[in-house]
Order: sequence, then structure tokens, then C-alpha cells
Amino acid sequence: MKGFFEKNKYRLISLCSVAGVLLIWELVTDVFHLISPMMLPAPGKVLETFIYKLTGGVNPDGGSLLQHIVSSMKISLGGYFVGVLIGVPLGISMAWSRKFELFAKPLFDVIRPIPALAWIPLMILWLGIGYESKVGIIFFAAFISATINSYAGIKQTNKVHLWVAKTFGASNRQLLFKVAIPTAMPMIFTGLRLALGSSWVALVAAELLAATKGLGYMIQVSRMLGRPDVIIVGMVTIGIIGYLLSSILEKLQKKFVRRTK
Amino acid sequence: MEDNRKDKVKVTHLTKKFDDLLVLDDISFTVKEGEFLCIVGPTGCGKTTFLNSLTKLYKPTSGEILINDEPVDLLRHNIAYIFQEYSTMPWLTVEENVGFGLDIKNIPKSEAKEKVNEYLQVVGLEKYRNYYPDQLSASMLQRVVIARAFATEPEVLLMDEPYGQLDIELRFRLEDELLKLWERNKTTVIFITHNIEEAVYLGERILVLTNKPTGIKKEIYNNIQRPRNIAAKDFVDLRNEVTDLIKWW
Repeated sequence: MKGFFEKNKYRLISLCSVAGVLLIWELVTDVFHLISPMMLPAPGKVLETFIYKLTGGVNPDGGSLLQHIVSSMKISLGGYFVGVLIGVPLGISMAWSRKFELFAKPLFDVIRPIPALAWIPLMILWLGIGYESKVGIIFFAAFISATINSYAGIKQTNKVHLWVAKTFGASNRQLLFKVAIPTAMPMIFTGLRLALGSSWVALVAAELLAATKGLGYMIQVSRMLGRPDVIIVGMVTIGIIGYLLSSILEKLQKKFVRRTK
Repeated sequence: MEDNRKDKVKVTHLTKKFDDLLVLDDISFTVKEGEFLCIVGPTGCGKTTFLNSLTKLYKPTSGEILINDEPVDLLRHNIAYIFQEYSTMPWLTVEENVGFGLDIKNIPKSEAKEKVNEYLQVVGLEKYRNYYPDQLSASMLQRVVIARAFATEPEVLLMDEPYGQLDIELRFRLEDELLKLWERNKTTVIFITHNIEEAVYLGERILVLTNKPTGIKKEIYNNIQRPRNIAAKDFVDLRNEVTDLIKWW
């Protein structure tokens, strides 16, 4: 028994915070009834709803949890990949070519501070209220982080490393692929992670547009139906999936990106 | 003093200005094939600018640098440069760092591998081949850089105070290592330092530079028998001679 505690010491410490929140939650709801279940349902009720939705229950919002997740993933990953596929090369090119930087950076600097959500009205006008406009919004969320971080990563390239390669006779292409991009890899990955975060955040807002499925939609509908348990299930699901996606990227980073110090 | 070796590097009227600031003032000299040339001068006298002009990292304002009687071309001439700053690539292992120059030069993989193994052994880092630079000590890092330079078997090796950041004992060790490699490969070496003892220990010839704007104050041949003893009379005499030339006080 002692061995078990020793081995999992740190995991147990982490568990304490989660357990603490759950305990307080249980105390203020089911035990002391300090908060009305219409405002905050008890953890047990939320768990019950979670299991119901997870096992295919479609009430009250018309879709099972899995259907909502799939719908949300399609939108957020769709926008994410387009944003990253354009953002990373754009950031790298802006940082690498002085001419392209002069050309593109002012435009990018104006677009950069515009929140992804501010694009919603235009997206609706241009792309309607279907899949494309939601992907468009997520795109902006992902694109900005991916671009900025790739740009900053390339700019960090050590001059001496470039000199070393140059004296060995490196071409401009080799300088980029053998020196600058490896230097930037950690930053590029940070950009990928932040982009994933922002696209997941923008998701709920994107799903405010006439949706019939999706986690954001589920939350919205449940608010109107007065079902805080479903709202919480939706929020927790968003949290868990965001965390999982981010840890997948972290694993990929550990696998593909070498040391940088 | 007769030197029958071929001219390897010929510098004629090299001048470098940064805007109005004259840094290199009409420098001319020749380096023979396989020669070990040391260049000494007071700190901040433009030694690094000088090497950087030599490799075209900076564009000379005027004058010419020839290798084998042709203008320097980094694609054609096989040059290696060991910088003052730590210059190992942190994302590459020791082995990959040593092979970096060969990779840039598109040397076939199998041949490159042989060279890398050979020079890892020469600098005694075979055991560390899979380590990353942040796991190594300063002297090991500098050895990686030296192996990287020698692995490409350069015609001309430029060194800019490569041991400036190391303590005395390590410096002596690496200096001897460098001499061994130089004798083994017959590389032409241009070695810049502000350490007079180091210059006298290593060089066949010493160029003493003036303060800015940098010119050549004097050229001294150094025929002291190797291995050189830093406490021997001829060594100390020569060291004093160079010191007197450099004194700016």
C-alpha cells in the first residue's frame, strides 16, 4: 500500500484539486442545498446526464454527445488545418524574405488584432450560415497564432549558425531548411498548439450561427431549455477534448522537435 | 626567409568601411599552402571584420581576396570557419553536428558517415555521438566545432579566437589537438587571436595588426622547433617581441 502512495505521489496531489472542487460542489448542492438545482445541478446529476448523452441519449437538444462532438470536430479541425496550412508557410516566408515581409506584414498587422469573432457577420454575408462560414471563423482564429509564432521562430535564427552554413557554401534554400526552420520548430509547434486552443475557443461562438449539431449548439439550446446539467456536460466535454488535442500535439512535438537550447 | 610553397590565399589592398568608419585599411598579404598563420592584434582592432570580409560574410569595400588565384567563392572553395561564439546547432546531435558541413556540401551519406566517424575519433567524442550540445561542456562543444570543420577537409581553415572562452589547461590541450590535425591534413590555417602566447605557440608566421583602422604592423616568422616549450628562452624572446609590437600604452 505504501508503495502505491510513493509511486503515485504526484498524481495524487493533482487529483486533490479536482476532488476538492467536486467535494465543494457536492456540499453546496446536494448536501446543504445552498444553490438551486436550476442554477447548479449536483455532480451526480451531471454525471448521470453525461452518461445518458454519451450512451446515445438525444434529449433535450436532439443529438447524442458523439454526434455533437463529431460535428464540432469537423468544423474546428477543418478551420484549424486550413489556418495552419496557410499560416505556417506565411509566417515563415514573411520572416525569411525581406521583400515579402515588406509586402505582406502591414496587411497582416492590421488583420491580426481583429478577433476571430468579429468576422462572424462578414462570414455569414459571404458564406451563408452553413459549414463554410463556421470553418471560416475558426480559420481566422487558427491562422493568426500559426502565422505569428512561425514568424517569430524564424526571426530567432542565430546569425552565427547562418554564417557557419554560409561558409560551408550553403544555398539560400539550405539556409532556410537546414538552419532557420529547425531553429523555428519549437516556436512553430507552440503556434500549432495556440492555434488549436484558439480554434477550439472560437468554436462555441461559431456554433451560435444557426447550427443543428455541435457542442456549442448543445450548450446554447440547453440554456434556452433551462438544463444547466446539459450545459455543464457540454462545457466539460469541450474542456476534455481541448485537453486531449493539446496533449496529442505535445506528444508530436516531443517526437519530432529536437532540443533547442 | 625562403618559402617555396604555393600561394594559397592572396589578399590585396583589402579595405572595409562601415559607412564612414574605416575598419580595414589597405591590407595585403599572402598565405602559403599548408601554412599556419597567426594574426594578433589589440582587442577591438577589427580582426573579426577582417575574417568576415575574407569569407564574404561582409562585402569588402575595396580590394581583392584570391584563393588559388581565383576570387573567393564559397561554393567552389572549400572553406571552414570556426567562430568565436558557440556555433554548434542545438537541434542536432554531436554526430549530426560534425556531419553538418558534409550535409550542406551534399557529400554522399556513406562517405559522410566515414568522415564523421573518423573525426569523432580524432577529437575523442565517439562516446558522445548521440548527445545534444546542451549536454556537453564548453571544451567538448569546441571540439565538436573543430571536428565539424576538419570533417569537410577544408583547403583553408579560418579560426577566430576559437579558444577565447576556455580555461588554460583546456586551451593547451585543444591547441595541441589542432596542431596534430594541421600536420595530419596539411590544411592552410589562418588563426586569429589576441593571446600572444597562443600565437607564438601555434603559428609558423605571425601577422601583427595595428589599432583601428587596422593595417599590418609587422610580419614575424616563427621557426621555433616543435613541440614548442613556452618556458624556453627563444619562445619567451619571441613572445616579448610580439608583445612590444602590440603594446598600445
